[in-house]
Amino acid sequence: MTQASTPAIEGWFTTGDSPALIGSRCTACTTVFFPRTAGFCRNPVCAGESFEEVELSRRGRIWSYTDAQYQPPPPYIPTHADGEAYAPFALAAVELAEGITVLGQVADGYGVDDLRVGDEVELVVETLYTDETGDRLIWRWLPLDAGHATELGQEADA
Amino acid sequence: MSNDVAVLGVGMHPWGKWGKNFVTYGVHAARAALADAGIPWTDVDLIVGGETVRNGYGGYVAGATFAQALGWNGASVATSYAACATGAQALDTARARILAGLCEVALVVGADTTPKGFLAPNAGERWDDPDWLRFRLLGMTNPAYFALYARRRMDLYGATQADFAQVKVKNAKHGLHNPNARYRKEVSAHDVLSSAVVSDPLHLLDICATSDGAAAVILTSVDYARRHGIAAPVKVKAVSTVTPTFPNTVMDMPNLSTDSSAVAGVPARTFKESIAHAAYEEAGIGPEDVSLAEVYDLSTALELDWIEDLGLCKRGEAETLLRAGDTTIGGRIPVNPSGGLACFGEAVPAQALAQVCEVTWQLRGQADGRQVEGARVGVTANQGLFGHGSSVILAV
Repeated sequence: MTQASTPAIEGWFTTGDSPALIGSRCTACTTVFFPRTAGFCRNPVCAGESFEEVELSRRGRIWSYTDAQYQPPPPYIPTHADGEAYAPFALAAVELAEGITVLGQVADGYGVDDLRVGDEVELVVETLYTDETGDRLIWRWLPLDAGHATELGQEADA
Repeated sequence: MSNDVAVLGVGMHPWGKWGKNFVTYGVHAARAALADAGIPWTDVDLIVGGETVRNGYGGYVAGATFAQALGWNGASVATSYAACATGAQALDTARARILAGLCEVALVVGADTTPKGFLAPNAGERWDDPDWLRFRLLGMTNPAYFALYARRRMDLYGATQADFAQVKVKNAKHGLHNPNARYRKEVSAHDVLSSAVVSDPLHLLDICATSDGAAAVILTSVDYARRHGIAAPVKVKAVSTVTPTFPNTVMDMPNLSTDSSAVAGVPARTFKESIAHAAYEEAGIGPEDVSLAEVYDLSTALELDWIEDLGLCKRGEAETLLRAGDTTIGGRIPVNPSGGLACFGEAVPAQALAQVCEVTWQLRGQADGRQVEGARVGVTANQGLFGHGSSVILAV
């Protein structure tokens, strides 16, 4: 990561050696929400109105997965340079110990052949796109059980 | 007291890409429904429009837009928006006013024109809108959500891409003779499996298109129907428009995450199961009483999910029904005899009403070329963005 690297969205995840998603925990009923929330607890039987920030589990299990074989429409920002071909990327929904399932792109270099429902993944932070301020970062899911499939030759350790 | 209302008329504008204004489609469908009912427009005392969000102010006030185009007749007006469940919510508004004695004859209309390709969010930067963020942060399109559900069927229940293709083959065959369907052509499993993969495991032909189209329904009190000599009309037995119950633990479009079940526990029913359950409860019947189902096959695999959500078989067994031909016309429980979204494509505010039109034709024995013999009870199901969904039960 260069010094110009900043999250593509502020306050959703930490960066550094052990990055994690940032959620909100209701101080009354302890239900955790991601993305962060404020104001009123959405547990219908809870009157809570205050939350504390919590880092969510960095590891979880794949609920399901897919990929985007066509370039998504705006506001998606293409990652390839002009003149280069669009490169498909994989997506996974991951169940965390907090009882939340969170979507994310899958780490660079991994495709659907590397994934199975129930497999373990770990959160990493990678570059989503680059703009005038530098690299813009996003959380991604890194497969930990991908030994049964082929790697695509890019570095996958974040 | 009975909570039934009568369906006296149904009508559509054929689905397609016609390049016309949504009002043209809506008025065409409305006039078809009025003619089907044999009721003059001047007898209608409530019009409910399904809002379209892609056609400017006229679309936001669709009920009044249709009323003006039909010629102001002094009817009360309402407009509903509930994403893919828009038509059912509009129907529910009409039904409630009839049952409350506030009106007798209601016209419910939904019409849309839709863009080519992926449905994308409205322009502008909206950092607090999940429907915008899912594209910006993840590149998560609608087909990608459908693909998540499809992949779970494969990894958990042993479904195959050939099963999904077979849903398309079946629905294409069902819709062959449907005059309102956009696609009326046989499709082979090979056609599906050799079409491009959009979001693994779904091919292009597994995913429904977007279409122009319109559907309209004339609802009346049972008493009004009787006074007009119709003693045994098709009746609305239930309209379910329930919201999810916290925690909603299934990843739903357009969200980036689910609710947490850690404190509240996993609810007894998923959102889609609860939509169907509420409809059955209200109608006082069960899945075993159903003759046919019109379900929202945004993807082929999603039809299989709906079959289970509607309780037509146990979880994980929809492929068994499909392979046995049970969901084909002539089988035990035909699903999407109209041809479904596979043959229509989606016209959002019209689609839930189109399902009601098809079930009505089926229950009257008027579904030429696709009739489910002896149909007595039909159920519809759909789900849309932001906690919307619906199920309508009709019976004769």
